[in-house]
Amino acid sequence: MIELIAQNPIIAALVALVGLSIVFGGLLGFAAEKFKVEGDPIVEQIDELLPQTQCGQCGFPGCRPYAESIANGDVINKCPPGGQATINALANLLGVPAPELDAEHGEESEVRTVAFIREEECIGCTKCIQACPVDAILGAAKLMHTVIADECTGCDLCVEPCPVDCIDMLPVAETIADWKWSIPAKPGQMIATDRRGEVSPTVHNEDAA
Amino acid sequence: MSRTWVTPGGVHPPENKHQSVTQPIGQLPIPEKLIIPLSQHIGAPATPCVEIGQQVLKGQVIAEATGMVSIPMHAPSSGTISAIEHRPIAHASGMLAPCIEITTDGADTWIEHQGISDYEHISPRKLIEMVGNAGISGMGGAGFPSAVKLNPGRQRPIDTLIVNATECEPYITADDSAIRERAGEIVEGIKILSAILDHPHHIMIGIEDNKPEAIEALAPHVEGTGISVVVFPTKYPSGGEKQLIYILTGKELPAGKLPADEGMVCINIGTTYAIKRAIIDGEPLISRVTTVTGDAVGIQRNYDTLIGTPVSHLLSHNQFDEQAGGRVVMGGPMMGFTLPSADVPIVKTTNCILAPSYSEIPDDEPAQPCIRCGMCAEACPVSLLPQQLFWYAQAQEHDRLEAHNLFDCIECGACSYVCPSNIPLVQYYRAAKGEIRQAREEKVKSDHARERFEFHKERIEQAEREKEAKRVARREATQQAKADHLAATANGATNAPATAAPSGAVPSSSAADIIAAAQARAAAKQASPEDQRAKLERTIASAEQRLKMAEEKLAEAINSDTGKQDKLSAVVENTRQKLEQSKFKLAELTE
Repeated sequence: MIELIAQNPIIAALVALVGLSIVFGGLLGFAAEKFKVEGDPIVEQIDELLPQTQCGQCGFPGCRPYAESIANGDVINKCPPGGQATINALANLLGVPAPELDAEHGEESEVRTVAFIREEECIGCTKCIQACPVDAILGAAKLMHTVIADECTGCDLCVEPCPVDCIDMLPVAETIADWKWSIPAKPGQMIATDRRGEVSPTVHNEDAA
Repeated sequence: MSRTWVTPGGVHPPENKHQSVTQPIGQLPIPEKLIIPLSQHIGAPATPCVEIGQQVLKGQVIAEATGMVSIPMHAPSSGTISAIEHRPIAHASGMLAPCIEITTDGADTWIEHQGISDYEHISPRKLIEMVGNAGISGMGGAGFPSAVKLNPGRQRPIDTLIVNATECEPYITADDSAIRERAGEIVEGIKILSAILDHPHHIMIGIEDNKPEAIEALAPHVEGTGISVVVFPTKYPSGGEKQLIYILTGKELPAGKLPADEGMVCINIGTTYAIKRAIIDGEPLISRVTTVTGDAVGIQRNYDTLIGTPVSHLLSHNQFDEQAGGRVVMGGPMMGFTLPSADVPIVKTTNCILAPSYSEIPDDEPAQPCIRCGMCAEACPVSLLPQQLFWYAQAQEHDRLEAHNLFDCIECGACSYVCPSNIPLVQYYRAAKGEIRQAREEKVKSDHARERFEFHKERIEQAEREKEAKRVARREATQQAKADHLAATANGATNAPATAAPSGAVPSSSAADIIAAAQARAAAKQASPEDQRAKLERTIASAEQRLKMAEEKLAEAINSDTGKQDKLSAVVENTRQKLEQSKFKLAELTE
C-alpha cells in the first residue's frame, strides 16, 4: 500500500486531499454544531433600526418580518415612517449604497401623528382595537373607545377598519420641552451681497453708535 | 491670595462693562401688568393656585411647586390675577408657555412675612425648606432649584463652597453692581449657605480682576469669616461652573458629574443674596438685578427688576431707540438669544437685556466654508475639536459626535467668536444635541412599541392556539360519538324505549355536550340487568294496579250501565297487554 502511494504521485495526492477534506469537513461540521447561533443576529440589528410603528406599509406584517426579509436580501427603502434616516442607517449597517425611499410604499411624513377617536361618534364596534398592533386602543363592545396617545405609534392601521370614520390622525404638536434648534444653512451657499438684498434689509445707523 | 489654575482656550472679547455701572442700581415704576411664566427653572413647571380675578398681595404664592425638582412662584407686586394662559416667554423658540398675568394696583402691599435672624440655631433641613418655599432657583443661567442643589442625602459631605461672582460675559454687570451695593447682605447669604452645608472647609468667592470695586466692597465683610475672595485674570468663559471649579481648585470635573459628586457646591452670587432675603427677611424671590445695556438704549444701568416685568417696560423707560437697533437680546452677546418680541417677561435667570446698535454688534456675516484653520480648537475652553464637531454635525453623524464628546460642550460661543469664516458653530452643536436627544427618545419609544407589539402578537397567537385546541377536541368528540352511535344502533335497537332522562347529563348548547348526553343516555339504556329488572318490576307493579283500577271501573260501569263499557273495556285490555309485555320482558331478562 505504502509502496503504491510512494510510486504513484497521483494516488498519493488523492489520498492526501481526501484525508484533508475528511479532517476539515469533520472540523467544520463540529464547529457548526458547537457554535450554532440561535436566530439571525443581523435580523436583530436591522430590527433595532426600524421605527417599530408596525404599520405594515412595507408589505410585511410588522417591523420584524421586514427585518427578516431585509436580512434575506430584500431592498431597504420600503419604510416610509423611518424615512431617509432609517434607510441611511440600514445602508450603513449593511454596507450598501443608500437608495431613495420607494414612493410605492408611501411618503415620509414630516410630523409625527397619533390616532384620535371622535368619541361621540364611536359606536363601540372594537374593530380598531383588533387592528391596533400595539394595543394602544382602549374600550369594550358597544362602549366608547379611546386611544392612549403615548402608546400610539401613528401607524394608521385603525383608520381603515372604522365603519363610521371617527378616527383622525392628528399631528403631534411641538412643545417648548421638545423644541430643538435647527441646523443652520450650509456655509458658503450665499454671498454677502445676495443676503443683504434678500433677508431683512438692514438699515445701518452709524450715528447711533 | 490663594493659587489659581488656568483653563485652556478662552477668548477676550471687548468687555463693554463700564457703560452700565456709572449709576447705582435703579428702581423702575411698577409695570401695569406682570407676566409670571410657570416654568422659569429646570424641572417641573409650577402649578397655579390662584383664580382669575383673585386679589393677591406682594409675595403671595400664586403657583406651587410640582414635585421635588420644582419651585413655587410668588406675586412680585400686589394686584389682581387677570389671566392664566399661554404667553410668549423668553425662549429661543419663540413659542408660548403657560403664564400668570397680574394687573398691578400700584399699592405694592406686602403680604405678612417674617424672617429669622438666628439661622445658626435652625436645622439645615428647615433652612433648605425655607429656600425652596421662597422660590429660589439658580440666578446665574440654568435656573436649577437651589433647594435641590443644597439638599443633603448625597454620598459625600461638601467640603468646598464656591460662590460664582465671575460674570465673565461682556456687557453684563448685574452681579458686579449687586456686590458693590450689597456686599454685606451677600456675605450674610454665604454664611447662611455655610450653615446649611455644615460649614465646609473652603468657602471661595471667585471673581475676575476686572471688578476692582466689587472686590474692594467685599473685603471688609469677609474679614475674619474664613471666606476667601479669589481674584483671577479676566477671560471668557471663566464663569462656567466647571471652568470656575478648575480655576479655583485645579480639579477637573469629570464628564456627566455634578460638583456635589466631588464634594463641592457652586452657587451664583445673586442667588446668595436671594437666600439672605429669604431667610433673614422672609421675602421670596420676586425681583432681581438686571442690566439694561447696549447702544440702542439711552440710559444704560442696572435695575432691581420685578420678576414678570415685560422687557418692553424696561426698554421704554430707558429711551430705547428702535431705529438704532433692530434686536433685543436676553443675556449677553456670547450666550444670549434674540427675543422673539419685547413683550416677554423678565424671569429669575434674566441677568441682562442687551439692545445693541447695528454698528455695535452687526448682523452676522454670511458663513463661509470652513478652512480648517484650527482657531476654534485653540479657543475651546473644554478642549474639544469644534471643527470636527462641525463636520459631523453637518453630516448628522451622531455616534461620531458623541465620540467627540459633543455633550461636554458648554455652548459658550468662543469658537464662533474666533471663527474667521463666521460659521455659527454653536448653533450646529445645539441642533445636533437636540437631534441626538430626540433620537434617544425615539429609540426608547420604539423599543417600547416593539415590546408592546411582541406582547400583542403573543396574545393573538395564544388565543389562536386555544381556539385550535378546542377545535381538535370537538373533532375528536364528534368522531367518538359517531363510533358510539354506530355501535349503539348495532346492538341496542331492540332495547326498551328511553323513559327516564339520565340525571347526570348537564344541558349544554355545544354539540360536543349534546353528543356526550346522547352517549350517556345510550349507556343508561344498557344499564346493568339488575336495574332493568327492577325497573320492569316497577312497571309491572304499577300496570297491575292500573289494571285492577280499570277492572273495578269497568265493573261499576257495567252495573250502572252508563254506556262507557266499551271504552273502559278497551282501557282494561290495553293495560293488560302492557302488563303482559312487561312480564314477558322480565322473563326474557331473567333467562
